[in-house]
Amino acid sequence: MSRLVALPLSKSFQMAYQSIRVRFFRSLVTTMSLVLAVAFLTFIQTGNDMASGLLQSGEQSIERSLTQAGYDIDPITKTIVSSAKQRWIVFLSLLTCVVGIINAQLMSVTERFREIGTLKCLGALDRFIVRLFVIEATLQGLAGGFIGALLGGLIGLASSFFTFGFSTVAFIPWTNICLTMLYAMCLGTFLSLIGVLYPAIVASRMQPVEAMRVEQ
Amino acid sequence: MSDKNNIVRVSGVTKNFDLGKIVVKVLKGIDLEIKAGKYISIMGPSGSGKSTLFNMIGGLDKPTSGKVFIDEVDIAQLDAYELAWLRCRKIGYIFQTFNLIPVMTALENITIPMTFAGVSADDANKRGMKLLTQVGLDGRHSHRPSELSGGQQQRVAVARALANNPAIILADEPTGNLDQTTGEDIISLLKNMSLDRGVTIISATHDYKMLNVSDQVIWIRDGRIDKIQDRHELDIQTGGLGNAHETSARE
Repeated sequence: MSRLVALPLSKSFQMAYQSIRVRFFRSLVTTMSLVLAVAFLTFIQTGNDMASGLLQSGEQSIERSLTQAGYDIDPITKTIVSSAKQRWIVFLSLLTCVVGIINAQLMSVTERFREIGTLKCLGALDRFIVRLFVIEATLQGLAGGFIGALLGGLIGLASSFFTFGFSTVAFIPWTNICLTMLYAMCLGTFLSLIGVLYPAIVASRMQPVEAMRVEQ
Repeated sequence: MSDKNNIVRVSGVTKNFDLGKIVVKVLKGIDLEIKAGKYISIMGPSGSGKSTLFNMIGGLDKPTSGKVFIDEVDIAQLDAYELAWLRCRKIGYIFQTFNLIPVMTALENITIPMTFAGVSADDANKRGMKLLTQVGLDGRHSHRPSELSGGQQQRVAVARALANNPAIILADEPTGNLDQTTGEDIISLLKNMSLDRGVTIISATHDYKMLNVSDQVIWIRDGRIDKIQDRHELDIQTGGLGNAHETSARE
């Protein structure tokens, strides 16, 4: 008899999807923190993209309103200088993103230790457990990252219309904004994976009883 | 080695729990042989180490010293793959807290072990439905654990334990979270399964209802085996459940 223990990939996807769907509210909370973090990052970056785009249009009035809005412009090269303040804001938004997402994913694994122990009793290998969580986190990361990037991008655009007027529509740097959104979405997914990987690996390596002994 | 009938052999098993400042010796050297097809109860007061022994037999935890053999295979020698295979095919587990996967339906809970064992989805569903009928849960296949009562959840757990036709079923306080009648139902279900399928049932418990159906009772006290009684000895010595209780309390 072959000593085979298997979990087909399609079944893993089905189990991960089902876990998200049934625990919808809980998944929503996890995903929401992802959405907010990614949205904040995208918002800040879109603002910067917009400012650079506007500056390249070369209009004098815009230069003035950019300075008024708090952007530092290099008088010689005519580009947005990334000041200490700017870098600090981007850093902060990244930090929010990292802490928020990792915290949410850590919690979502920790509260399922018993389930992990049970699956191991039923014959799951360590990597089945890790795989299930990785798929789940990727799905959440992609969905949350997409919504967050969209949300942050839209709010970023709206806020610059509000500050600089609707005449700026012509100068929107679409490519840069799309790249920003893509980058934020990937970062969100990546962090979601990082957040889930560590606790999932720890949990999957536990003896089943240890995992089940954890107070819920 | 010893005769083939020993499905489980425990030799010189000790287990210490390191709690930082103190080391608690839970098992102090257990030697045990369990014959195939029997219904065994491990009895003892809480804290006597019966659950720990149960976990050692099931390969759920590692002994500090000593060896556990399942089918004369030392389970400490198995790699992760073989251990998973053992848990999947050879042993079925039943827990006090049921431990069903909350997001899955009754049928899905039963078919997970079959999926791990490489059974196709169709076959698994067919077998799962049959098992549900056998444990008396006809038509409840699409219910989630939260929609089932405690007794019904434990029935699903029994069906799940039987999913891959294991040689051994390990039940840790299977009636601990159930009321009197439901507990009796589960016990008779286990007994019937053991008679029908020739499965060895090993159950850690302090429920005296279990004595009625057990072929052998292993009394554990302070991490050692106090005594092992066969069914006929039980009847002669104690002459009833109430007396059994008193006898064990007096000793």
